[in-house]
Order: sequence, then C-alpha cells, then structure tokens
Amino acid sequence: MADSAALSTASELKVIIFQLIDKEYALPVSEVRSIEKLQHITRVPKTPGFVKGVLNLRGVVTPIIDLRLRFGLEQQTYSESTRIIIAAAQDIEVGLIVDAANDVLDIQADSIEPQPEVAGSIDEEYIEGVVKIDKRLLILLNLEKVLNPEELNGLPGREG
Amino acid sequence: MDMSQYLEVFIDESKEHLQTCNEQLLELEKNPQDLAIVNEIFRSAHTLKGMSATMGYEDLANLTHKMENVLDGIRNEKINVTTEILDVVFQAVDDLEAMVVSISNGGDGKRNVSEVVNMLMQIEKGESPTASPAKDEAAAYAAIERESGRIKNTYDEFELTVLQQSREQGFESYEVTVQIREDCLLKAVRVFMVFEVLEKAGEVIKTSPPVEKLEEEQFDREFMVTLITRESPEDIQLKVMKVSEVESVDCRMINPDLQESKAEAGRAEAAAETQTASPQTEISSVTKAAAPQTAKKENQSAKLTSSSNKTIRVNIERLDSLMNLFEELVIDRGRLEQISREVNNQELNETVERMSRISGDLQSIILNMRMVPVDTVFNRFPKMVRQLARDLKKNIHLEIIGAETELDRTVIDEIGDPLVHLLRNALDHGIEMPLVRKDKGKSEEGKVTLKAYHSGNYVFIEIEDDGAGMNREKILRKAVEKGIVSEQASEAMTDKQVYNLIFASGFSTADQISDISGRGVGLDVVRNTIESLGGAVSIDSREGKGSIFSIQLPLTLSIISVMLIEIQKEKYAIPLSSIIETAIIRKSDVLNAHSQKVIDFRGRVVPLVFLKEVFDVPEVLEDDEFYSLVIVRKGDKMAGLVVDRFIGQQEIVLKALGSYLHSAFAISGATILGDGQVALIIDCNALIK
Repeated sequence: MADSAALSTASELKVIIFQLIDKEYALPVSEVRSIEKLQHITRVPKTPGFVKGVLNLRGVVTPIIDLRLRFGLEQQTYSESTRIIIAAAQDIEVGLIVDAANDVLDIQADSIEPQPEVAGSIDEEYIEGVVKIDKRLLILLNLEKVLNPEELNGLPGREG
Repeated sequence: MDMSQYLEVFIDESKEHLQTCNEQLLELEKNPQDLAIVNEIFRSAHTLKGMSATMGYEDLANLTHKMENVLDGIRNEKINVTTEILDVVFQAVDDLEAMVVSISNGGDGKRNVSEVVNMLMQIEKGESPTASPAKDEAAAYAAIERESGRIKNTYDEFELTVLQQSREQGFESYEVTVQIREDCLLKAVRVFMVFEVLEKAGEVIKTSPPVEKLEEEQFDREFMVTLITRESPEDIQLKVMKVSEVESVDCRMINPDLQESKAEAGRAEAAAETQTASPQTEISSVTKAAAPQTAKKENQSAKLTSSSNKTIRVNIERLDSLMNLFEELVIDRGRLEQISREVNNQELNETVERMSRISGDLQSIILNMRMVPVDTVFNRFPKMVRQLARDLKKNIHLEIIGAETELDRTVIDEIGDPLVHLLRNALDHGIEMPLVRKDKGKSEEGKVTLKAYHSGNYVFIEIEDDGAGMNREKILRKAVEKGIVSEQASEAMTDKQVYNLIFASGFSTADQISDISGRGVGLDVVRNTIESLGGAVSIDSREGKGSIFSIQLPLTLSIISVMLIEIQKEKYAIPLSSIIETAIIRKSDVLNAHSQKVIDFRGRVVPLVFLKEVFDVPEVLEDDEFYSLVIVRKGDKMAGLVVDRFIGQQEIVLKALGSYLHSAFAISGATILGDGQVALIIDCNALIK
C-alpha cells in the first residue's frame, strides 16, 4: 500500500489531520479523495450501527461510516464543523464522519512509532502507529483495517 | 520488440476471424460448391496466420498455415468438401480458439495439435483424413473420382514446377492410366510390377490413389501414375502391358501450363464437375439448405450489410464513464428544471426545456451505444448444435431468428450460459432419435428454433423444439417423489404450472444422465441467472409436439422504471417489473392467518409485508385507518408491501451501493433522485420467501 511504501523509504509523509472528541488522527493524503461538508445521508436498513447510510457524491453512491461509532466512542450530534472525509482503500470508497478536519501536515516517516502499550479506547488493530510532533500526538490510522468488510458482515446486524 | 500493447487488439481480432471461420464453415457445409465462402474463410485464416506470426505465436501460425493449405486445395478444386474434411477443419478451428483463449489468459498459446496437423496434411495430399481408412471408403473414393469421367490427378504448386522444369529439359510428362483385370487376385503385386517397369523408364511423381492406398489394395481396378520420361507413350504402353493381368493401359501427355491455368481459371468447368460429384460427397448436414441459389443470395446481401457498417472499438470502461457523467447531467437537469419552475423566467424556461430535450436525445444515443446484437451470443450456437447433434447421432436443424435484436451489454454477458443450457436440453431431451421420429410420423430431422424479438421494454428469447414435449404425469410423479410438491397440490395444478416444476432445484426427468445435460442442477441455475437479471423464464409444451422455453429480459439494466414510495419519511423505489398493482385497503380488511397478516386480494390470499418493520424505519407519522399496498410478485407468489405513500412512477438510473455495502438485506441498489438524494431500490425477490 501507499503508506507502507512511504514508511520504508523513510521520507516525508503528507497526512490529513482530523479530530474525534479530543484526539487527533491522521490519514495519508494518498488515501483521501476529498473532504465534504455534511449533507443528506440516506439510511440503509439492516446494516451495523456505525454505517450511517449512503450519500450522493457527485453521482456516485458512497457508503458513510461514523468513525466515532466505528471506534465505539460516544455518539454526538453533528455540528457545523462535522466533516465527511472521502477515503479509499483498494477498490472500496467510503466517507468517514469526523468531528473536524483541520490540518494537513508533513510528517517524517521514521518518526512514526508503534502504538504505546496502554492503548486508548480504540482497538489497536486499526492503528498503524503514533507520531509526536511538538506537543501533539497523532494517531495514524490503518484504513484497510477500519474498512475490513469481514467485520462489517460479522458485526451483529439487527436481524428481524 | 514489445508486443504487449498490441496483444489486446490481436486477441480481439483473432476471435473475430475465428468466428468468421466458424460461421463460413457452417455456410460451406450447406453450400459445398460455393467458392466465395471458401475464399472468405481463406482470407480470415490468412490474416490470422499473418497476425499470429507477427506476434510470435508460432504454433498458432503453423496450424493456421496447415488449415490454409487445405482451404487452398478446396478453393482450387483439388479437394472435395465432405463432412469428414469439414470435421477436421472444425477441429483445427477449435484448437486455434483454445490457443487464443490460452493467450488471452496470459498463456503462451502452445498446444499439442499434431493429430489435427496430421489429418490436415493427409487431406492436403488428397487422402482421407481418418487415421485408419476403411476399405469401402477407398472404394467410394475411387467411385467419386470416376464419376467425373475418368481418374484425375491434380497437382500442387511443387509438382507443377517439377513438371514444367522437366519439360524444359526435354522430358515429357504422361498420365498413365492402368486397368487391372477383374479376376486379378494380388492387385498389390501387379501394382508393384507396373511401378518397377515405369521407374525404369522414367520418374514417377504422383499416383492416384496415393501409393499407400495402392499398396493396401485400396482401389478398384484402375489407378493412374504421373510419369516423367524421355520415352514415347507407345513404348511405355507396351512395356506396361507386358505385366500380366493388366487389362489396358492408357497414356496421355500432360501440359503443365494448361494444368496451371485450369487450376486458376477453370471455375465454370470445375463448378459443373463438383455439381455432378456432390451427390456422392455425403453432406449429412446439420442444416440442409433449401435451394443453394437462394442461400447464395442471402449470403451476398448479408455481406453487403456487414461491409457498410463502419465501427470503431471503444473500451467498455469508457462507455461506462460516459454513462456515469451523463447520469450526473440528468440529475442536474432535474434540479435545473425545478429551479426554473420556481424562478419562472420565460427565457430561462425555454433554455432549460431545450436542454432537457437535447439531453433526452443524448440519453437514448448513449443507451443505444451499450446495446449489442444478441448475435454475439447466438453466433457460437450453430457450431455447438452441429457438434452435439453428431455426438447424439441425431439429425437436427437449428434455425436462428432475430439475431440482430439488441440487448444491453451487461445482459448479453450473462445470458450465454443459460441459453447454452436450454439449447443442450432441447437437443438432448427434446428432440428424439431419428428412428423414433420416423415412427411418430415426423420428419427425421428435428427442428430447434432460437428466436429473439423486442416487445415493449423487454426482449424475448424463445427456444422451441419439435421434439417429444413433456409428460405431465412423468413430471408430477418425479416432483412428488422429490418432495417438490405434495400429491394433493399436484392435482390442482395446470399443465403449465406442472411444466414449470422442472425449474425447481434437484429436478431431472431424463432416465439416463448424459454428459450433455441432465444432472438436474441446471434448470434452476438457469432460472436464477435469468431472474437475477430482472428477467423471467417460463415453459410451455405439448406432448408429442414439442416444447417452448421463453425468456423475458429487460432491455437495459442501467435505467429502469420504478415506483417511488415513501415509508414514513424515507423514500424507496420498487422496480415496476415486479409490481402487479397498487391498492389501498382498510385496516379492518386485514385477516390474521396464524401469526401472518394477510388480505383477500381478488380471491387470493396474499401475505402482507410491513416494510416499516422490515427496514426498521423510525416512526414519525401518525397511523391512519388505511394501508397503502404495493402488490408484488416473484414467480407465482405474491405479497403486499405496506407503504405509507405512493409518490409515482419514474425512470431512474440504477447505481450500485458501493463495494463496501454490497450485501444489504432486500436492497438491490440505489438511485439518485432529482433533489440529489439517494433512494434505495427494494429487492422484492428477497422479501418473498
């Protein structure tokens, strides 16, 4: 994948920084297609709770995931700063609802460290590593793990 | 040189040329004396040879070359068209196809073809292609040869050159025809002795029948030797007559120049000759042409239309992205129309209206571009039927009607396998053996008709056979046996309902399992494939008269007609193809059948499906005392979907939900409405169990 290639060359990696509650997360720009404001989302029945539905992204029907719910964080009503990050891993394209998307940073690939032992509330498998810049701690996400379709099917849908 | 960039073109074109070969070979079988067809095949083979040699596929080029030689022989009247020869050529084309497939799958296109090559070379030499020729066949060979007046030797380029050169050096060439006495016991010995005499006098360059046949005594009483010598014909005649048991010797001088010109230009004479010979060359054809002349005319007109069609190759992905862009335009057009209504400005209205009209035209053109004639699927069937008929030892005529009918590419890609299955079924189970047919007073040749035609928003494909038809009792017995229906239920069923039982999974009525069809896994797969395309399949039959399978397919899969409905505040679309009608009923009319709510709908008990509950729609509206129902069907089953409001009928562009959500329950896709919102399309098949 693009990010692991960047890791091995020990060069700079451009990342998009976004927020969930008080933590800052990062996704490589190579995986991000665009950042959208919140718009009408059509609910898709019988899907896991973190799948908010689908929206029309310039003619393409795109599934939308609420990252807070995906990571098991508390739900929050959407605000003016809420953004949808359209990201793609392999042939899967989805929108990720985040609290805010506020920055683009260059990080040194060799400054990425493995996740510290004491993890937060997020299951560590979604995390590629952490980066410390000045006093900020960025959590680098592994998008493929976030979108793991097996988990989508395995999660308890509301059968009826 | 890197050829990979040409590979795709090469594969496409090879397939086209092979298809042409296949089609034309079938034509040739019908009209063995039509040299125009041979020329057509020859051209395709020649192009193929050139292309594959350029691309470095030596095996492919090699086999094509051998095939070309045989075709050349046919073209130059050296080889008579017989079913045996065509079999070998068909086999060669099969091998070529396999090679091309191997190349397109990333292979090297290598294949062991020595058997075919040998047979082709045998044909080329004028021998019978079979490995161990039967004696009577050789006799027939001789008989055919004599039919055209006398035994004839034909010469290929190499032999002609030899004849010419020896003539230049003062040698004369003779065709020596030797007849052996009828009571001769050891013909081979006499032949040997004749050869010894002739070889002392000069050089034997060709014999007819070939030497091997002569040695095996596979000739009647007469054989011919082409001899180059300085001796006079009288001397040769006398010398050969000295061999005992030789009845007569005839010596004729040959003029190589004449031979050559005859080979090239003597078409009229040759045609007349093959005409007399054709009753002998047994063309036990799959498809016997009516009058060769009319067939010829049809041929020509077909050729005319095909040459006037100018086409370019466009990658299907480009068409898809064009379609996507256009769909966005359609959505924006919807918005623009809404805005112009609100603004109500005369000029804006006119412009928007004009734009709508143009984009409407554009839509039909773009949709048409994705349409492909069903011929692209049908064209492989004649050959398949021919082969199957031969394997099954049945006499079958396949008629194709409406091959120019167009269907969306996506449908075309899926429809091939089901059709193959139904055709095999008709051939194997439908058409009886020739003797059985004769006993029943039918013509020995069975007839299978494959017919495609447009009707409304659908394309129908029908496969009709005039075979045994279906036996109601037999099907019912089997269905009850397999637990598909109960005995009581079976009595009330109409014939048609009974026949359609054969589409149930695990059903097979063939007494014997053949490798052609009849494992009982097929027909339900056929039905599922067709239904997944939004189509339907049904069957009708009359015992002793034949059966007809009818497939109904939507014209296109990308734009469909739907009924938009609302459940609480959510909008959904239901494909019109599965809707029977809509109704509004009082809540008090709902009956309870155990735990299932049902209604009495035109005398039928129809279960209700509360979409609000199935889809967990959040409730915001207050109940009223009526239910709005959409009655939908899946096959013969019906259900009433309870909705809150009908919005109306609309043409929509079908969109996938995206690969992340590909398997949402009871949702077959999505579409984008005029206001830019996404509406989900309900998959009625999943709601009816």
